[in-house]
Amino acid sequence: MMKMTGAELIVRLLERQGVRTICGIPGGAILPLYDALSQTDKIRHVLARHEQGAGFMAQGMARVSGRPEVCFASSGPGATNLVTAIADACLDSIPMVAITGQVPQSMIGTDAFQEVDIYGITVPITKHNFLVRSAQELLTAIPDAFRIAMSGRPGPVLVDVPKDVQNQVIEFAEFPEPAVADEAPELDMEALETAARMINEAERPVLYLGGGVVHSGASALAVTLAEQASMPTTMTLMGLGAMAMDHPLSIGMLGMHGARYTNFVLEEADLLVCVGARFDDRAIGRAASFCPNAKIVHIDIDRSELHKIKNAHVGLHSDVTTALEALVPRVKVTLRKRWLSHVESLKLRFPMQLPGADDPRTHYGLVQAVASALDDSAIITTDVGQHQMWVAQAYPFRRPRQWLTSGGLGTMGFGMPAAIGAALAEPERTVVCFSGDGSFKMNIQELATLAEEGLNVKIVLMNNNSLGLVYQQQNLFYGKRVFASKYRGAPDFVKIAEGFGVPAVNLDDAENPRATLAQVLSEPGPCLIHASIDRDQFVYPMVPPGAANTEMIGG
Amino acid sequence: MIEQVADPLPQAGFAKIVLELEVHNHPGVMSHICNLFARRAFNVEGILCMPMTDTRRSRIWLLVYEDQRLDQMVRQLEKLEDVLAVRHHGAEREVFERLENFFH
Repeated sequence: MMKMTGAELIVRLLERQGVRTICGIPGGAILPLYDALSQTDKIRHVLARHEQGAGFMAQGMARVSGRPEVCFASSGPGATNLVTAIADACLDSIPMVAITGQVPQSMIGTDAFQEVDIYGITVPITKHNFLVRSAQELLTAIPDAFRIAMSGRPGPVLVDVPKDVQNQVIEFAEFPEPAVADEAPELDMEALETAARMINEAERPVLYLGGGVVHSGASALAVTLAEQASMPTTMTLMGLGAMAMDHPLSIGMLGMHGARYTNFVLEEADLLVCVGARFDDRAIGRAASFCPNAKIVHIDIDRSELHKIKNAHVGLHSDVTTALEALVPRVKVTLRKRWLSHVESLKLRFPMQLPGADDPRTHYGLVQAVASALDDSAIITTDVGQHQMWVAQAYPFRRPRQWLTSGGLGTMGFGMPAAIGAALAEPERTVVCFSGDGSFKMNIQELATLAEEGLNVKIVLMNNNSLGLVYQQQNLFYGKRVFASKYRGAPDFVKIAEGFGVPAVNLDDAENPRATLAQVLSEPGPCLIHASIDRDQFVYPMVPPGAANTEMIGG
Repeated sequence: MIEQVADPLPQAGFAKIVLELEVHNHPGVMSHICNLFARRAFNVEGILCMPMTDTRRSRIWLLVYEDQRLDQMVRQLEKLEDVLAVRHHGAEREVFERLENFFH
């Protein structure tokens, strides 16, 4: 028989699950767990400066590794501070296990100090959650949390552990086995044959890849399918990297800030093969007008995504890898010269416009200058806003899990802590976080964590001293009534970084910004790279919210 | 500017049906289920929940309108970890009928 406290049991179970790094912040209700954590040398703890930062660090690790990663927070404000990072993981299907301390069970429901119903709060933003009521329950709840986080469509799971449960001593015969993912659903072969036939018979098919392709590790298979059937391939924001941007069949990102030709190609498609994507409104614009002439084949591991926004002619409830493995041998090798040459002519007439791409002092130029100083091994994270869309449009992504961005929730403040997480997971890589001055300030305290850990994270701060995408929308859609989107004060980000102990350079002062970038990016360790950009440069093209994708403005 | 605002769905004209759910029996299950319906503004006309003979499980009866969103609702229900099975019944399932006496 083994005998230990609930807190020790949690630590053992995490070790056995293969968890090696945990990000978090201690507090009263989680101190027994931290005490137990201090006694293991198998798990490294990274002390964040705000629980949201800890949540995004865990996400950064998970987005890079594909495995569920763990964050800790105490009860009350510690737990509520995690909420945004949990919701973000839920919308982007990121496997994560959040463990929170809770006041002792005898005090639950009494409005005790730092008591909050985090179980109730996280019901709509987790795949599942637990309020553990005895140390015995931990034996099933912890493995279940990991199993649920990684099975099917991945997502976050919260485990709330009252302090008395952490302190409770239990005896048990043996540890439960570490969790493994549930088996994927069985493939409907009849539907698969129909899908293959539809692809073979289509004249103008388009392949539409989403984050599910990345999660399933099916990027290479998706590229094979595209090549075999000569299908022009578009990617969602979450799918970027599934196919190399410079692949001849890639037609880039679709949707609100996609290139004109991309949305025009989709308009003409007679078959849309949607793989691991969910017809998000930012990707498809007005749903009724999206791909008006196309039949739809939809492959997704989440059955509730099939027929949710657009009715699919064939809906395949399946893991993307399983489905593509079966689909590829059934799809004929086709050249589709007419369709591809038409796509090419649309691309020539309505290309992605990247004005200033040769000048590193412009937004597109800066993104491309950073890209040319790096190789494909680098990991790119972003915050949310104009800079995020410019990077999505202009960075030559060439591999899955190279690109980490907050897609579904669109959380400003995501970029730097996610970059820290990515660097914790893969310390040998260079991690570059593109940020904007608005987003950066939302988790700026994590500069302290970055300095302390000395990770190879470079922050490229594109500073227009405003909430640029709000400023843009007010200019375009609200009669130029610019309100609450321009900052009056202008913090000195170079001094701030240096104050936290992170070296910084100001590209504005650099005589040769390319040379400075190349030098700074090649040195190990953290650095903030500050670059002023023009506030009146907007993200184009832009589909007005609620409009059809073909009703783009600009670009 | 055009915004996407869903029109409220009229429920008149739709038939009432009964959903039978088999769920884990623990505090919190109801909040998972009610949350699903509430955030989508999908009215639940009636709800009944009791533990089953095997008290680790409960049975929940839901009286709902069969509007076009019902399929999606059921799929979302089936995704919940605590929901073990969802069965459809027509309005002829009399589970709610005698209860109406308590509400008139």
